[in-house]
Formats: sequence, structure tokens, C-alpha cells
Amino acid sequence: MSNDSIVYPYIPNSVPEIKARMLEEIGAASIEELYAEIPSHLRLKGPLNLPEPILDEASIKRHVEQLLRKNRNCSETLSFLGAGCARHYVPAVCDEINNRAEFLTAYVGESYADHGKWQAFFEYASLMGDLLEMDVLSCPLYDGPQAAATSLRMASRISGRPQVLLPRSMGEETLSVIGNYLKGGRESTLEVGLVGLDPATGLVDIRDLASKLSDRTAAVAIENPGYLGVIETRAEEISRMVQAHGAEMVVYTDPVSLGVMAPPANYGATFACGDFHPLGMHMLCGGGQGGFIATHDDMRYVAEFKDLMFGLTETVREGEYGFGEVLFERTSYGSREKGKEYTGTTTGLWAITAGVYLALLGPKGMQELGQVIMQRAQYAAARLAGIEGVEVLFPTPFFKEFVVSFGGTGQSVEQVNKALLEHGIIGGKDLSGEFPELGQSALYCVTEIVTKEDIDRLVRALEAVAGRG
Amino acid sequence: MGRNKSTLLRKFHQARWDEEIICEMSVPGERGILVPRVEREIEAEIGDGVSRIPESLRRAKPAALPEVSQVRTLRHFLRLSQETMGADMTVDASEGTCTMKYSPKVHEQLVGNPGLRDIHPLQDEDTIQGILEVYFRLEAFLKEISGLDHFSFQPGGGAQGVYANACMVRAWHEARGDEKRSEIITTLFSHPCDAASPATAGYKVITLMPDESGYPDLEAMKAALSERTAGIFITNPEDTGIYNPRIDEYVKAAHGVGALCAYDQANANGILGITRAREAGFDLCHFNIHKTFSSPHACMGHSTGAVGVARELGRFLPVPRVTFDGNGYHLEYDRPDSIGRVRCFFGNAPTILRAYAWIMQHGAAGLREVAECSVLNNNYLLKKLSEIPGVVIQYAEGKRRLEQVRYSWDKLKQDTGVGTEDVMRRMADFGLQHYWMSHPPWIVPEPFTLEPCESYSKDDLDEYVAVLRQISREAYRDPQFVKNAPHNSVVHKVPSPGIDEPERIAVTWRQYLRKKRTGSGGPQE
Repeated sequence: MSNDSIVYPYIPNSVPEIKARMLEEIGAASIEELYAEIPSHLRLKGPLNLPEPILDEASIKRHVEQLLRKNRNCSETLSFLGAGCARHYVPAVCDEINNRAEFLTAYVGESYADHGKWQAFFEYASLMGDLLEMDVLSCPLYDGPQAAATSLRMASRISGRPQVLLPRSMGEETLSVIGNYLKGGRESTLEVGLVGLDPATGLVDIRDLASKLSDRTAAVAIENPGYLGVIETRAEEISRMVQAHGAEMVVYTDPVSLGVMAPPANYGATFACGDFHPLGMHMLCGGGQGGFIATHDDMRYVAEFKDLMFGLTETVREGEYGFGEVLFERTSYGSREKGKEYTGTTTGLWAITAGVYLALLGPKGMQELGQVIMQRAQYAAARLAGIEGVEVLFPTPFFKEFVVSFGGTGQSVEQVNKALLEHGIIGGKDLSGEFPELGQSALYCVTEIVTKEDIDRLVRALEAVAGRG
Repeated sequence: MGRNKSTLLRKFHQARWDEEIICEMSVPGERGILVPRVEREIEAEIGDGVSRIPESLRRAKPAALPEVSQVRTLRHFLRLSQETMGADMTVDASEGTCTMKYSPKVHEQLVGNPGLRDIHPLQDEDTIQGILEVYFRLEAFLKEISGLDHFSFQPGGGAQGVYANACMVRAWHEARGDEKRSEIITTLFSHPCDAASPATAGYKVITLMPDESGYPDLEAMKAALSERTAGIFITNPEDTGIYNPRIDEYVKAAHGVGALCAYDQANANGILGITRAREAGFDLCHFNIHKTFSSPHACMGHSTGAVGVARELGRFLPVPRVTFDGNGYHLEYDRPDSIGRVRCFFGNAPTILRAYAWIMQHGAAGLREVAECSVLNNNYLLKKLSEIPGVVIQYAEGKRRLEQVRYSWDKLKQDTGVGTEDVMRRMADFGLQHYWMSHPPWIVPEPFTLEPCESYSKDDLDEYVAVLRQISREAYRDPQFVKNAPHNSVVHKVPSPGIDEPERIAVTWRQYLRKKRTGSGGPQE
């Protein structure tokens, strides 16, 4: 059945003479004999119906490049999309390190042959710990929403309480992942309560929170900065309320904000979580995400992490660093269904990259980065607010993202975005489906790579577009 | 033809840089990179920007990150990379169940193309037709390869794929008003996530033990099946590499009580184009895209767990779905019965792109060649390892295995005291990756699980065998030498690598320093 005329470069033993020699060594007359255990009624009859292969490297490269050319990319097109994934600058050293074949193609090897990988993971956790001012992180999770969901399940396991409260202003993506993940927990389904959005400020409605918070509440999650960009200015007050009820305080944060914003632990968070995508990852159509959870050094918390943890220890040689597995039995690798949740392959290379990023930026870099993002985002908001019919919602301070209403232009966000595309600009995320109460609004994202010139170009384009309404 | 046998054992020493932790390298004032400066006009208009943050939420003191120059940071991480044994560097037949196949370099160039790298997942459909087409076409390929009807590529890994499948099983029964289904059945030689992911979705898990021949016990399964059974989550071939020829009977028995059957196809490499989920009657399946269809494993991810379902279950798949209306590709969100999302956006696009390219490079005949050569390699390795003193092959005597084998050093341990962990450490001294032993419990004593997929040549396998033979010889001659291994790796033996005592736990530098400072039995006390 094999096509003996083809020798595949990725399959060394596809050379017929070698195959024959190996069969002889095995004592099998044919390859078919090796499949003797699969009965004929379970066999696929005939070959798979797949396209003719493109065998040579030059042609497959051209084929895929032609497909990718149909995409319009954000290096050529100015983009203001954020909402959990945004175009930040990726330092060349980050790409250099995560493209190294040693890291790129390693997997689950032990800490001797893969000592460097274990150290890089330890450094990722250490630098995130420095940024967050918390002591404990595990290996990474799939993405921010998963990290939030697992934080909430951890909180519920710790307290034994059945309910969690989330802000209504959380993005649809995050709420959907959390909602799915809290269904049918072993601890029984966790009730999810949504705390309203104060339409005047974009912040959590504190009165609504107070009415929902009780001693049944395992955890309250807030976002800071929020999905809608606002800085949760009453975070400390919320934290005190949560503590008064003996609940856990989960803060979902954008790590790139933490050079200028206080780490959540400073205002009472017992869990800090989020997505470390901004720390050195490309957007990759959503492939650059990675989740983190951090807590204090308290065994009640440490014992509830679901993912692997690599601890620093020493080898038989005095003073030589080695690594070991911390509390392996927590994981489902160690205890199958008795593990805390399921453990799996997630986003290790991106965690290593985040470590490289934080090492490059350092304390000063993170501070300056946060500042320039705030300055440029505020400039963009001020300019957009000056366009007739365009309004920036909420007077609240914000970080990186803000909500722009196009209600006054007589156009929908969809129309505005289509028109912007003609100007070579990708507009903000359309919020009209997710937050109908905000009317025709969009979420605009301004990172450190968006310059004044870019913003002025957006403003000129929007003036032209709004003028059409 | 072939390699000179005298060269099979390398005089190897891995890079050993004795590199500090990056936190120890800080030189106050050094910078790794500068960030863009705000324009003067903006500064004049906006001010410092950060004063708008209420004081209580402003960072009072800078993060205690290290301050290291770019050249030193680069050198540090390059050294750590050299202290990591990526599959590209070695014959990585070591990691059974992980399918460490070659990931073509041309794919990395494609992933770096701005047409993928600089795409935002929320861009308008019209601007991402290329990547949507890749998703759509890969889905068609996997439908053919599995025989199932619909796929989603949203899950970010195999375990999350199994989780998505457990959620769909739950949704299926709920939609039929069947509230009693609270149990999932799996087998001990199925991957732990087949137990853990359904448990995370709220199911009670029943695990079938292998019978004397190594197959999951069919009678025990029939006894466990009831109107409470929601589904079975099972792999085949199992982690032993033994294909269960009566798999369809297990499926029929489960269907007989109204349960669904989910096929964990992480072990699919040896059966591509040979047998499928469809023929055995499964309702759901998942593939570890990064394993079977080639993506670099990236120090434990990025990865994709593709979930496939039969037609009746299509409405439960995660959103969004990629559709084609004859003119263009679309992301369909409005699917009321969907389980929702298990991951943000619509999956790991780079993994999807690589898998698409890889399948396009092989076609039907090539995929069959992959399967056949992986099975050929495995049976060759099995034959050679069975000749090594101390190795025990448990179960299925006289039968052929598919793509992997769970071996045992039980005899070696009894004869010499050298166990599988000792051999595993010693391998690093010859430039091989440590092999994967087994998830607990160790039903196969002193286990090691090897999967010599199609990427390795006969010479490669001969080298691998020569190393294990040498270690066996050493164990019989000088067991302590093997027990003290590694000798030529990056670092020396860690005497107690399982860290469970609170005073020893240091997963970050801050935690390490604090324990050291407070003298609470820190790691270096």
C-alpha cells in the first residue's frame, strides 16, 4: 500500500531497502504482519481521501504563503484592537530565545538534561512573583480566562463555599470560559453571580456587590484594569468588603500595567491572575496567550494549584542548583481523577518568553512602558472625544483601553469599522453585541507602539468617516 | 551502509554553565531594552499620564525585577537553552505517548510570516480569510482521518480537548433530559486526563484495570455500565502499545446503556489511514494536533487538542465554528446548544497552520507511511530491547505492538538494585533525553515507555539501544555508578526531587530567599 517510489525526508526509514532489513530483523514478512492485531472489520477500506500532497519544500512554502497573503496583517494595517490580545512590541531577544531549537523542541524531560528549561520556568515564576509581589506561581495555564476560572475553583475548594461573584463588565470570552469551567465542579456546580456595571463610571456597582456578597460567597473577582479599560478605583474598598465576609479576593490583571499600577496583593488580592500574552508574545491570531495564577506562600493555597510546580533545591554537589517537583500529587499526572483539576500541556514556551521579557524590561522598563501606554492612550482618548458625534465613555481613569461611543455619528460600529478599513485602519472591538447598554460603542486599545502620528491618522480618518453620518 | 557500530556510544558531555539564577545577576542601573518615549506634544498635553491613577493603586516602589544588560540577558538564556535537550538535538524516542516527531523547520518560517504572526483574532472575517481557510481545510482532513463529522480546534491542549469532550457528553445527556448520568468509565492505561478531565467536569470516574493480557477488563466494564454511565473515555492502542481488537465490543456495550464513547487519539500515530474512530463506533474523539500532526512541543506547549464528534453532537461543539458558504469563510458564534468556550478566541493558530502544512506534505500515502514506519520502528526497538539483560516485556506475548511499548526494568532492579529512575538519569550522560517512565500507579513495575516514531532512522534506534544496553551492563557491573548518575549532564543528582515539605518549597526566588533568611529550613540551609 505504501508508495515505494517516494522517500520522505521526514521519514528516514521510508527507504525500501532499510525497511526490508528491519522487517528481517523483526522476523516479519511484511508491514501488514505488524498490524495483525487490528481485525479487518475495524480497518479503513481503501486510502484516505486527502488532496494530492505537495512533496517538495519550496512548493509547500509557496502554497501556505499564498494562503497567508489573504490575511490582512497588523504590521501593515494600523490596528486598535485589544480585548485580551494586543500588539505590543516584542523584543528581538524574546524571539531569539523562543526560536532556539533546544527550547522550541523540548518537552517533558527531567531536570538534568532539561535543567535549563526548569531554570527558565523557575525564573518565569520568580520574575512574575516580583512583578506581582506574590510568592507562588505554577507552570502556566492555557490563557487568562482559564487562570481566572481555576482561581475561582481554588477559592471554592479552600472555603468550601458554593458561589462566586464576577463583574458583569468582564468580556464575553472570559465569562464564557469561566461559566463553562465552573459547571459541574467536583465540589458541585459553582453558582456564578454577576455584579452590575455602574453605567456612569464603568466600574463595579458597589451597592450591587454588597447586596450579593454573603457568607456563601467563595470569591469575588474583579478586573484591574478592567476589560473596558477602566481602573477599578475602589478596589481597596471592595477588598475590605470581601475580606469582611471571609471570601477570597481574585484580581484579574494585565501584567503590562504593573510597572505603574500597584500589584493586586497590595490592595488585598489573595489571588492575582491574568494572561501574560503582552509580555513578549506575538498575536499569532490568538496563539500567543498564556495564563498565570499567583498567591501568597500559604499551604492552603499552594496545595490547590492544579499545574506542575518546579522548586529550587540542591544537588549532591554543595551549592549546585537543582530542581524538583513540588507537591506532584496535586496534579492529575500524579493522581489521575483525584488531582485538583486536570493537568496538561499548556503554554510553556510562552512562559519562558515572559521571563525573558521581564528580565529585559527590568523595573525601569516596566515603569516607563506603563507610563507611555497611559500617556498615548489618554492622548488618543482626548483626540477622539474631540470629534463631532464621537464620545469617550466613563470619566474614570483607564489603562491601555477605553470605550468610544459612535452613537452621535448616526453610524453603527460595524459601519465605522468598515469605513476605517478603507483608510487602512482596523478599528476597536465592536461592543454593541456584548454590551447593548453602551449603544454603538467600541473598545479602543493603544499600546506603546502606537505613535502620535498613528493616533492623528486615526483621528483624521474618523473625522472623515463620522462626517458621512 | 549504516553507521559504524563503534561510534554508537558517544563520549558526551552536556553544556554545564553553572549559571546563576537571573535574580542574582542584577547590576543596579543596567538596562536590557529601552521602550518608546512619548512624544513631546503628548507629554505637554497629557502630562505624566500616571497621576490619574488613584494614589492607593499607583505602584509605590518599582518591581524588584533584576537589572541586567541585553547582552548578559541574551547570554543567560542562550546558556539555559544549551542546558536543555530539545528533540532536535537528539534521538528522542524517549517520550512514549508524546510522539516526539520532527517538526519541519519550514513550518517555523511560515509561523513567523506576518500573515499569521501579526493577525489579531478579533479582526473582521474579511481580513482573515487565509487563516480561516486553513482551519476549514484542516477540519476536512481530520474528518477524513477520523471518520467523524465535525471538529473544533479551540482547546489549547489534549487534556483541555478531553475536557471539552466531557462537557459535550454532559450537554448531550442534559439536552435529552437525562439527569442520572453521573459516571465516566476509563481504563488505567488511558492517559490520566481521561480520568481527570471528566472529573473536573463533575463526573465520578471508574477506572478499569488491565486483565492478565493487558487489555481493559471487558467483563468488569459491563458490570460497571449502568443507566448512570454518561460515557467511556478510552484510548486504543493504550499506553502499553497494545491494540485492543475488541474495541468495538466495548463501544457497543457502552452504547447499550445509552452512554457515549470518546476516543482519546493521542496515540494515533501508528494507525493513520489504517483504522479510525468511525469504524470502531466512537461518538467523539480528540487528537493531540501537536503530537500526531507535528508541532514542536515547546517546553510543554503551545499545543492543540482537536475535538471531533459525530453529526448528532455537532451542535454542542465550542464556539466559534469556522464555516464556508461557497464564497467565503465565516466564524459562526450563534449556536445556542454549544458548550460555549473552553479557551479564548478560536485556538492556537500556529499549531493549526503547521498541522495543515504537514498533512499537505504527506497526503494519504504519506500518512500511511508515517503510521507504518512508526510501527516498524517500534517493533524493531522492541526486538532489540528484549535482548538486553534486565528488560522485561509485560503482556501480549507473541503479539505485535503498535507505536509504543511500556517496558519494565523489574528484573534489572531485582538483580542489581538499579531501578528505572536510575537508568533514566544515566541516559543523559550519553546525549539522550531521559525517557518517560509512566504515570502512577506503576502497574508495570520499574516502567519506561518508549515511542520511536517515524522520524528516527535505523541508525538512530541502534544508538538508542546501544545506550540502554551499556547502562544495563554498567548496572550489573557497578550498580552504584548508575545510581549516582548523571555524571556528564548539566547538574548532578538531586537526592530528593519530590518536594512536599512546606519548608523546602521554593517555586520563586523571593520565596527561596525568604525561607533562607528566616532559617525555616530553606533549600540551602
